[in-house]
Amino acid sequence: MEGIAIRLQDLWKAFGETTAVAGVDLEIRDGEFFSMLGPSGSGKTTVLRLLAGFESPDRGRIELAGQEVTGLAPFERDVHTVFQDYALFPHMTVEQNVAYALKVRKVPKAERLVRARKALAEVRLEGYGQRRPAQLSGGQRQRVALARALVGRPRVLLLDEPLGALDLKLREQMQVELKAIQREVGITFVFVTHDQEEALTMSDRIAVFERGRIAQVGTPAEIYERPATPFVASFVGTSNLLDGETAHRVVGTPGTYNIRPEKIRVLKESAEADQPDHTSVTGTVAEVVYLGDATRFLVDLDGGGRLTALQQNLETSSEDVAAYRGTRARLTWHRRHAVRLPS
Amino acid sequence: MTTDATAAAGRGTVRRLAGTLHRRPRLRLTLLLTAPLLWLAVLYLGSLAVLFVSAFWTTNSFTSQVVKVWSTDNFHELLTTPVFRQVVLRSAGVALAVTVLCALIAFPVAFYTARVARPRWRPLLVVAILTPLWASYLVKVYAWRLILSQGGLADWTLAPFGLSGPGFGLPATVLTLTYLWLPYMILPIHTALEQLPANLLDASADLGARAGRTFRSVVLPMVLPSVAAGSVFTFSLSLGDYITVQIVGGKTQLIGNLVYSNIELNLPMAAALGTVPVVVIVLYLLAIRRTGALHSL
Repeated sequence: MEGIAIRLQDLWKAFGETTAVAGVDLEIRDGEFFSMLGPSGSGKTTVLRLLAGFESPDRGRIELAGQEVTGLAPFERDVHTVFQDYALFPHMTVEQNVAYALKVRKVPKAERLVRARKALAEVRLEGYGQRRPAQLSGGQRQRVALARALVGRPRVLLLDEPLGALDLKLREQMQVELKAIQREVGITFVFVTHDQEEALTMSDRIAVFERGRIAQVGTPAEIYERPATPFVASFVGTSNLLDGETAHRVVGTPGTYNIRPEKIRVLKESAEADQPDHTSVTGTVAEVVYLGDATRFLVDLDGGGRLTALQQNLETSSEDVAAYRGTRARLTWHRRHAVRLPS
Repeated sequence: MTTDATAAAGRGTVRRLAGTLHRRPRLRLTLLLTAPLLWLAVLYLGSLAVLFVSAFWTTNSFTSQVVKVWSTDNFHELLTTPVFRQVVLRSAGVALAVTVLCALIAFPVAFYTARVARPRWRPLLVVAILTPLWASYLVKVYAWRLILSQGGLADWTLAPFGLSGPGFGLPATVLTLTYLWLPYMILPIHTALEQLPANLLDASADLGARAGRTFRSVVLPMVLPSVAAGSVFTFSLSLGDYITVQIVGGKTQLIGNLVYSNIELNLPMAAALGTVPVVVIVLYLLAIRRTGALHSL
């Protein structure tokens, strides 16, 4: 049976004149890897701090596993946080840091040690227990912070952009590990990030934040393939937004439409493109960007408007693609990939 | 025309000199450090050395003339005479008591100025803590003499409770010295508390700790080096003091008074007494160094 780990009802929070959270309703399921995605200042971190209890809402209700926790202090909530800059205690060893939640709960020393070591093993840091945080690399500190938050087996783990300070390679590696650890321990993860790729890779579901409100909640595929608003479409992945006269001419009906660049095929103008249910337009290649694994084409359509198309470099090399610049091209895509957005 | 040319030549010389200094960092360092190092070595360490050497001389007991004959009699007398031993212990005790009192008072004050008060008020509060340092030492000590004198402010305030002030003596000395050196303890603790990252406190609460536990396990251990740093000031300033005790100490004698009273009659003995606080403070600094406090000075 799938329970509800977190329920937020009509949550509001303002700091002075700025409204950070403006009426958020949300349900997060037990055992879910849930991401809150949005640009900086969209209110996602404030929602996380409201969940942890560092801030209290101006209005609204927070439930944790069916119990209202709205007015409770952080130490009264079965929720632990992994902070953006880790917030490790510099005067304690790694082991003492990890065992802190247990020490606070007066777990006997012997058991504390066993569980701290086990938590360090979970994040692959065996043998680092006696070091100080200052003696660790960024990635290692990140793992200590994770072990420290996991050791008490909280109902929910909150992660505030925990990978933001790591370099790209390490970040990709940690994304995979974080997901594996979450599956292993089965705890609900609430993950705050502004990196749409990170959210798409790791999450079971994503809430996209826009100016203190939730613009859309859904699985990564739903968010990417069926964005609910122009904002979601442009914030998650790259997109071609068509509206007004251009949309009418290209798609056939008026409205606002989004087409993902990788759904568009670039062909020679002469190519026959009469596959059923496909849209076909012609234009001139204005710019070609070689990306290594793929090539991005910017095509000016006959009659106005510009589309971006992305092609995998299966056979082509960088010299080949450069030759496309200024040539005529035909763009085709399946009708269902032109996603209508509410305007 | 000529002035222009001279000015140009002058600029050229300065430029060449600046270039030379830029290319020769060791020369630059030598020029910068020679004067202050001479000051430190000759005036400061030199006088300490003279003090230490003269402690091994003796005096002619009739004429009080210094006799430059090597002898350890002074130190022997210092260690075996009960009065000297008492005074040394009393002085160290006063310094320690002042330090502990300063720490106990300074912590809540610094906590208020660094974390509770509104951020815009904090600089003003720090200035307020520093203002007593602008007043003359003697003025402040005589103010305390008035407060503590018979029928003074202390007596008058405590009278309704059937009590009286401490009068002049050892407690009055400790009280006055605590007042005098308190800012030197508040400042380092204020700085440490101000620099304590807020998210460490959040993290502690998040992991289940109440305020008391957070204070004991996170705030106190991180601020302790600064308390130790402040104690270096309060301890050494108290140990060297001999004026306050003369004004509010009644008949109380500290090391400083013994040095003062020996200087005319028995200079080598005064020197031997003078080395005692130096030794005590060196021992204190060695003990403090283990806490890492010297990094936060």
